[in-house]
Amino acid sequence: MDVLARYEPLVDDYEAFRTACERPLPSVVRVNGIKTTPERVRRAFDEQGVEYEPVDWHDGLLKLDDQPGNSWPYVHGWVYGQEEVSAVPAEVLAPEPGERVFDPCAAPGSKTTQLAALMDDRGLLVANDNNLGRLSALRSNAERCGVTSVVVTNSDARNFSLRPFVGDGDHQQPFFDRALVDVPCSCEGTIRKNPTALEKWEYSHVQGIAGVQKGILTRAIEATEPGGTIVYSTCTFAPEENEAVLDHVLDSDRVSCELVEFDLPLVSAPGVTEWEDETYDPRVERAKRIYPHLNDTGGFFCAKLEVTA
Amino acid sequence: MADDSANDPHVFEQLPATEADREVEGRATRAEVLEFWSENYGVDPTVFDGHTFWEKGAGKVWVFAADLPSPVDVEAVGMTFLRTRQEHWKPTTDAVQRFGRHAERNVLVLDREEAERFLDGETQDLPRWEGDWGYVIVAHEIAGDVEPIGVGLYLRGELRSQIPKGRQRDL
Repeated sequence: MDVLARYEPLVDDYEAFRTACERPLPSVVRVNGIKTTPERVRRAFDEQGVEYEPVDWHDGLLKLDDQPGNSWPYVHGWVYGQEEVSAVPAEVLAPEPGERVFDPCAAPGSKTTQLAALMDDRGLLVANDNNLGRLSALRSNAERCGVTSVVVTNSDARNFSLRPFVGDGDHQQPFFDRALVDVPCSCEGTIRKNPTALEKWEYSHVQGIAGVQKGILTRAIEATEPGGTIVYSTCTFAPEENEAVLDHVLDSDRVSCELVEFDLPLVSAPGVTEWEDETYDPRVERAKRIYPHLNDTGGFFCAKLEVTA
Repeated sequence: MADDSANDPHVFEQLPATEADREVEGRATRAEVLEFWSENYGVDPTVFDGHTFWEKGAGKVWVFAADLPSPVDVEAVGMTFLRTRQEHWKPTTDAVQRFGRHAERNVLVLDREEAERFLDGETQDLPRWEGDWGYVIVAHEIAGDVEPIGVGLYLRGELRSQIPKGRQRDL
């Protein structure tokens, strides 16, 4: 089945989109600001004869020809292998030192460690995942990066409990200042990294996972203080998992939120308001779709929400 | 009811500030942890002003950048930091990589080949060391400064790498 063909009505330059999806992506590392600076990483790579290229929109991202695992910067926890576009949502969330930040689908930890670095490793970063095996990767990645501000929990994010954090306090009250809701998805945007990503694609899976995404985003909004910021992101092009999920929370009786405009240093297309037989709340246009051909990256979807009272 | 004086290996409990506050037998205190880093490595206790310390399991101490109600039943609170409840306390690789730059004593700086052998888990003869015997912070020069790599056990002219198997590398 040609999964990507279903997005032809959405994409402006469909041929360029298809061609880009077939090109492999370079290996990219993000400099871990908890332990070092981009200058020192570049100097260490120079000393070791490792070639790299800058990424123009982000000083802390470097493109490499080889995998970074066998190098001193990796051993020191100075760098983390992370696809360029996957560095977007944490930058949009922009957490500050000392805040309480929720990362409900955290493993294996590229965005978690990025959030910790943006927080200068100060505050409370709650990294949750429902998969215990992937949590062990998250823990080891966080420790290699020197993250001391993280609490790791293992639960279904749809029913996330605040009990460990409030003790005898009211665990029904919102607790977090920000949340990065980077949900499990059908992952079409990773096709350039993983050419077999679409082999098991099924429409029933899209429908099923969309329900999970709605549940996770709803719980994250509930757990965040009014005025707090939430970023919702996926690596799929499917409107069922993107705009439809936003439409669901905008229309929800259980939570109250607004979609907000934001700037990105990458070229993007707005969220779509019509898809097959569905129409979505016009505010979903404030979300951004990053297609692979626009910036020569992986594919991504990102929306910024404010929790309202 | 659980016995309050016993260590519960399944939850994280915050270390008591001092011996006078200690309720769980054998548990290290915050004061002892700060003293360990200060006496052995010259790390100023104020480096840890923003951090709390937690025990889970027998003697495994974690360092955490915030505070929580204790005890807490989660998978991890901050990062593994120090092994206590044994005659010689031992810092973790992660602790040394994160806080070792504040050390002023017992930092053994290796040259390029020695550092590569250390990272590969090897034991090597190193008669030139004039610091203490025991667990030392092993470092090397990289990109214009000294950077800690991990923990070494120095005894009788020999440096034994304590880099965990999964972190060893042949560069």
